[in-house]
Amino acid sequence: MISKQFISRLGRQSQKFSTRWQSTSPFAAYEMAPLDPIIGLNEEFQRDDFPQKVIVGVGAYRDDAGKPYVLPCVREAEQRLVDQKLDMEYSGIAGDQKFVDLSLKFGYGEDSGALKEGRIQGVQALSGTGGLRVFGEMIRRHGHKHIYVPNPTWGNHIPIFQNSGLEVRKYRYYDASNSSLDFDGMIKDIQDIPAGSCVLLHACAHNPTGMDPTLEQWKQLSELFKKKQLFPFFDAAYQGFASGDAILDAASLRMFVDDGHLLGTIQSFSKNFGLYGHRVGTLSVVGSNAEEAARVVSQMKMVIRPMYSNPPRHGARIVSTILDDPKLKSDFYEQCKGMADRMNTMRTKLRDELEAVGSTRNWDHIVKQIGMFAYSGLNKEQVMEMRSKHHLYCTADGRISMAGVTTGNVSYIANAMHDVSK
Amino acid sequence: MAIVPHYETLVISLLFCVTQAATFSAATSSVWSKVETGPPDAILGIAQAFRECQDDRKVNVCVGAYRDTQGKPWVLPTVRAAEQKLLENDDPKDYLPIEGDTGFITEAVKFAYGQNVDLSTVAAVQTLSGTGACRIGGEFLAHFWENKNIYIPTPTWGNHWKIFKECGLETHPYRYYDRSTNRLDLIGFIEDLEAAPEGSIILLHACAHNPTGCDPTLDQWKRIADVLERKGHLAFFDSAYQGFASGDAERDAAAFRYVTDRKTIPVLLAQSFAKNFGLYGERCGTLSMICSGEEERQRLLSQLRCVIRPMYSSPPRHGSSIVKTVLSDSQLAPQYYEECATMANRIQAMRELLVKTLAEVGSTHDWSHVSEQIGMFAFTGMSEEMCDQLTKDYAIYLTRDGRISIAGLNDSNIRYVAEAIHAVTDGKSITGN
Repeated sequence: MISKQFISRLGRQSQKFSTRWQSTSPFAAYEMAPLDPIIGLNEEFQRDDFPQKVIVGVGAYRDDAGKPYVLPCVREAEQRLVDQKLDMEYSGIAGDQKFVDLSLKFGYGEDSGALKEGRIQGVQALSGTGGLRVFGEMIRRHGHKHIYVPNPTWGNHIPIFQNSGLEVRKYRYYDASNSSLDFDGMIKDIQDIPAGSCVLLHACAHNPTGMDPTLEQWKQLSELFKKKQLFPFFDAAYQGFASGDAILDAASLRMFVDDGHLLGTIQSFSKNFGLYGHRVGTLSVVGSNAEEAARVVSQMKMVIRPMYSNPPRHGARIVSTILDDPKLKSDFYEQCKGMADRMNTMRTKLRDELEAVGSTRNWDHIVKQIGMFAYSGLNKEQVMEMRSKHHLYCTADGRISMAGVTTGNVSYIANAMHDVSK
Repeated sequence: MAIVPHYETLVISLLFCVTQAATFSAATSSVWSKVETGPPDAILGIAQAFRECQDDRKVNVCVGAYRDTQGKPWVLPTVRAAEQKLLENDDPKDYLPIEGDTGFITEAVKFAYGQNVDLSTVAAVQTLSGTGACRIGGEFLAHFWENKNIYIPTPTWGNHWKIFKECGLETHPYRYYDRSTNRLDLIGFIEDLEAAPEGSIILLHACAHNPTGCDPTLDQWKRIADVLERKGHLAFFDSAYQGFASGDAERDAAAFRYVTDRKTIPVLLAQSFAKNFGLYGERCGTLSMICSGEEERQRLLSQLRCVIRPMYSSPPRHGSSIVKTVLSDSQLAPQYYEECATMANRIQAMRELLVKTLAEVGSTHDWSHVSEQIGMFAFTGMSEEMCDQLTKDYAIYLTRDGRISIAGLNDSNIRYVAEAIHAVTDGKSITGN
């Protein structure tokens, strides 16, 4: 937990510093905080000299040559923007309205009744993290004390919500013993959640497990949420990037909206549009009417203004340009599907390679899982052995980013995984 | 965690009913039903009112954004050139590190602290412009600095109060501007710093104080620094106008560098590239602090990352890539400094013309404070009523504290604005509000 790392005392130590500074620094007692488990992995990898080193850590897409991939439709949109010589004025606390409108259509569907009624409104957010934080701060200001997240979940969810002032509670989600969704456990835990509580759901391609409920299971969840009067909050970071079909990947969210739930959603455009470093996202709510949704948006703005005032323009303009142009939009769907298809192909290849090198473990879950990550089932010791012996880097929970797997390294990876798990 | 007493605690109704039908109209109560409409932001709300105004005569002297002689936003040619370069070089779009773009940070730190700064003594992170820097700095201090009191000048940029309150710091005002003389209230300033508990955090505007445009002289900075040192206060500088104030980036950094060069006062710096690079909407800035050396720098960075990661993970890369490209390029960098001076010089010319025109249209007030002020704004001394009248009767949009963004003035509108100001101030006081 973040809070354990902070020290309030300021020790005065008699350390010698250079003559350019006072005899004791005001920061002398501050300890080194631990590395972020996901991003810190990259730093460790950078320091490794081994020529065949492989990293399958951070969720950023790589092509089959292991290189970063900027979608051609993104480049084209960018060139158009530069040619238009747009200004760089502040875009307003809620960001670019055209971008928000287009992104809501993308997420909720062009034909969404709720959208047409004006019940769905939102703000531009700093990708997933930024939207989650604004939402967490906002609901905490409006009486929420807890938020429920699946176990496991993306590591950063926990400090985001804790720093929002919420207590994070978990509901069962994954059965590690047979690498599958623990749906019974999930239902049982959700049944115990107090009415009115906010419950986080991964819209698709659950991170880190890659295990999603089926549509029938989503239906059951929708009814349970209704019965228990729970307040859903969807984290949608992989629309289009999971199955390759942007409509299919939004099915759970759209089902809940059609079933009448009032909810929140955070859409990230980091992966599907490859706009990672531009921090593009949309935070939205589905309210009971347009006036209510507008009120909630005004409250989001209250959180944003003292945090960063207004969001960066460039990435949102790129998404806007693409979604607003029929040809670019169709290019986007194709290119996004291309990324999803490559990762799915690698899943099959990895499983096959593991068999080929003689592993007798069942690796079918790698193929059953969806999205960017394979939750391998390897334990921490095995992961560390892979790092030290094979210079293969993945996070300590055994999560492998399929985006980092290529035809060039899949055998190497399979060998390493087999070696530590046989 | 921060105290946010804006609205009553919401009680989620247990009578939440959801109809089975697809259309949704008459839920007895929704999870959002008790959410009130938040008040509009003072400055941005006025900007919106300006946009919606239909009056032909309308003039926007509200938001602090530069305008050219035609009243249009101006993207610096070096910024355009940098953007084109980024495209040609296929600049990648990967996540930046949590702390931001190292190359950009190096250039930004050198820009603020001087080209020969020992980088190992500056722990710096990339932030979302000035707001983001103040927030990250404030959160960091709220967790780590023993004395949670922050002293904020009166007046200041409105958002400062909100930001630091959100961080959980105890906010207090200190006297800064004397409205009865329209000059710096140095005595009140020093007295309030003396009265503050030892080791308090003191927010200082590095140059071109917003909204007053009234900066201490270097001699006055010496006296301020003496008190900071004696009381063990931490100097938290907000630098939003370096290069944009006088036209000379080195000169605008003089006060800040004087205080840091003393080596006896802990320093934090919030740096914005919104105005001086015209990168407003791309949200580019840094937060930095002086430290004892590389080992300490790493420790501080590790803690700053813990503030950033659960807030937005990593900063947006477009603006920082532009600044990095410009400042590290032997041709673009000197050209940039000229372009920034162009903006500052036009504003200075408008400032002088405004005062001259006020006299021409018959105003007998002493407007010398406006001549002496520096930066983007003129802090006129007009009352709220006068400002409201300017807006209502003349469609001139300014903030109600009497602050005019001089960048919004040009040869076409300056006489109209001067006449309007004269009309609302004639025979009334512009001091002592």
